[in-house]
Amino acid sequence: MIRVVLAVFLCIASAMPAFAVNPDEVLADPALEARARAISAELRCMVCQNQSIDDSNADLARDLRVLVRERLMNGDTDEAVIAYVVSRYGEFVLLKPRFEIKTMVLWGMPVILLIIGAATLIIAARRRGAPLAGAPLSDEEKEKLDKLLRS
Amino acid sequence: MIIELGHYALVLALATALIQAWLPILGARRGDRALMELGTSAALASFLLVAFSFAVLAFAYVTSDFSVKNVWENSHSLKPLIYKITGVWGNHEGSMLLWLLILVFFSALVALFGRSLPETLKATVLAVQAWIAAAFALFVLLTSNPFARLMPAPGEGKDLNPVLQDIGLAIHPPLLYLGYVGFSVCFSFAVAALIEGRIDAAWARWVRPWTLAAWIFLTAGIAMGSYWAYYELGWGGWWFWDPVENASFMPWLAGTALLHSALVMEKREALKIWTVLLALMTFSLSLLGTFLVRSGVLTSVHAFATDPTRGIFILAILVLFIGGAFSLFAIRASHLKAGGIFAPISREGALVLNNLILTTATATVLTGTLYPLVLEALTGDKISVGAPFFNMTFGLLMLPLLAAVPFGPLLAWKRGDLAGASQRLFAAAALGLLVAGSCYYAANGGPVLAPFGIGLGVYLIFGAVTDLVLRSGLGKVAFGVAWKRLSGLPRSAFGTALAHIGVGITLIGIVTVTAFETETVIEMKPGATVDAGRYSLRFDGMRQGRGPNYTEETGHFTVSRGGVTVTEISSSKRLYPARRMPTTEAGIRTFGLSQLYVSLGDATNGGGIVVRIWWKPLILCIWGGALVMMAGGIVSLSDRRLRVGAPSRARKSARFAVGAAE
Repeated sequence: MIRVVLAVFLCIASAMPAFAVNPDEVLADPALEARARAISAELRCMVCQNQSIDDSNADLARDLRVLVRERLMNGDTDEAVIAYVVSRYGEFVLLKPRFEIKTMVLWGMPVILLIIGAATLIIAARRRGAPLAGAPLSDEEKEKLDKLLRS
Repeated sequence: MIIELGHYALVLALATALIQAWLPILGARRGDRALMELGTSAALASFLLVAFSFAVLAFAYVTSDFSVKNVWENSHSLKPLIYKITGVWGNHEGSMLLWLLILVFFSALVALFGRSLPETLKATVLAVQAWIAAAFALFVLLTSNPFARLMPAPGEGKDLNPVLQDIGLAIHPPLLYLGYVGFSVCFSFAVAALIEGRIDAAWARWVRPWTLAAWIFLTAGIAMGSYWAYYELGWGGWWFWDPVENASFMPWLAGTALLHSALVMEKREALKIWTVLLALMTFSLSLLGTFLVRSGVLTSVHAFATDPTRGIFILAILVLFIGGAFSLFAIRASHLKAGGIFAPISREGALVLNNLILTTATATVLTGTLYPLVLEALTGDKISVGAPFFNMTFGLLMLPLLAAVPFGPLLAWKRGDLAGASQRLFAAAALGLLVAGSCYYAANGGPVLAPFGIGLGVYLIFGAVTDLVLRSGLGKVAFGVAWKRLSGLPRSAFGTALAHIGVGITLIGIVTVTAFETETVIEMKPGATVDAGRYSLRFDGMRQGRGPNYTEETGHFTVSRGGVTVTEISSSKRLYPARRMPTTEAGIRTFGLSQLYVSLGDATNGGGIVVRIWWKPLILCIWGGALVMMAGGIVSLSDRRLRVGAPSRARKSARFAVGAAE
């Protein structure tokens, strides 16, 4: 956590702290602004550590926020805006990477693990299933038991 | 002179750790009691030496001895005393020394309180602890010596990073380390079990309190860190899925799983091998977290390559211990006898489900944290994995887990009755749905998922209460009898209920804040008012101020509700001249469980200032839930069963008598 705080401050140490979205950037149309905020939360501030452009005070983040809003004003869909930003800055800018060959392991990990885990459990349970029922007593054992019960 | 003594004490601590690392284990092999007992004295000696060494460093900070490089780099003579002390661990060298101190502290605890442990097990555990201690003592001495001197001594220090001059820093790292390092005891017990090739319920009974204690501290540390970032950062976020946060969150998830699987092992002798593996994984994740944070590998692969000594050293420790432990596991695990059979629908089954999901979640966080690093190293492609990824994957994994939580305690051991449990949870689930429905109605057109998140939280809370009510038979038998039964329940039952209630509370907080918080960014001039939540704020103007080692500008606001003045908020921006570094001190006011959060931005040309105001409904539930979880842990820790030499029937019957008299 210390690092988070430090990283954020390093990111803004050069200038006086302002904060992320400034009043002059905000769009007049609330619906459009809400979309802009949602998109901003998914885009990475390239010069910061693990911050979205929505949270960052860096100049570059501000430029990107303005860019996102401009594209929205021009009538782009959310997907089109993101595609445009990615075409200019590369996939590094996406905080939620796309599902591709190179991110297959990343996205697949939870599913694969759950399947493997569940399969292991089922197999283990099957293996154990038999002794849980218990083998029937042999004649010899029955005799012993009878003796014990009678005595 | 005193500084050199501190340094020398650390060298001696390394020496005692090296003795403790192999003589007791040799004794355990040969059955030599004298050698085994050497472990106890060596552990205590190590602790005293490291404690002395740490005290010396603290002394250097308090007296502002700038001839010590570490003090010069991180302190200032004008700094308030409290931050001089906390500054000891506000830097790399000092925090590694704290890490080591806590490690030998836990070894000393095992040495002191482990009297009733089987001799050979205790000796082996202490030896394994000493391996870790020796490795880290060597790390501190060779790469991060806090006692290095400067010649000539500078007249004034460079000051501690102002962001760290906060009471949060005083508490956060020690708590976090107590958690991180506390899992080392579980690790050592697991390794000892593998070496001895023997593991039984007594082992689990020993491991569980240590796991609980470490888990309580880690919960506290993470919650504290989250709250600290919330008020210190000045932009109202409380969890960022930052790699460093993930580094502390992964051991917590694995530790939570361990807590539950150790329960199965203790009660039912099942899941032995899995519990050992989890104990190894949990501490491995702690080590990994230390590596990630301390090596600088996260900031950039290149930062790591420019000054690789520390990183490589910790990486070596990491590989040695994780690799060694897992190899040992691979070789020896088959020697441990698996035992305890159960049907899939049973309390064991529920705990296995808990473990399956928690481990998967841990692995998901791990993959997400390391994937960009690995991908870049392998292919050169740069990608980012941030909050949106984690929110989605982690959130989806948590849903089934949370829905299943109330079922666990209601199912019987060995073979449970799912239909019966569902019936008994019907009331809690219905209540959850009812609250969800009314939330939806109140928000009317608001986010659709949020009410169900809140409903899930309510269901968790009342599910936990249901368990207690059913066990006491409240409503079915006379109140007095029910009360007697309730007070006769083991404390761990209350611990479980409390911890699960805490999860519900945190969930409600998270969902409410995420869905219903309001944010206003506005330029304000003195006299201007703005609404936030049910309150309205009037900006009264700016004032200049001066602290011991900073100057500040403070904005004053009057908060009113329905025209009546309720309170005031002041929010400031500080400048620390020693480092030429600005910070924001957000203005926060609490109303019940909700908060009003005011943060200042830039001054504008027209004499106004940009102000950012959040209304954060029920935000305190997030950390309050963590507190309740901790309380659950503490109550569970105080269970008779976990206290040494516990059984005493007489006292129990006396308690029943008191219960009846009431």
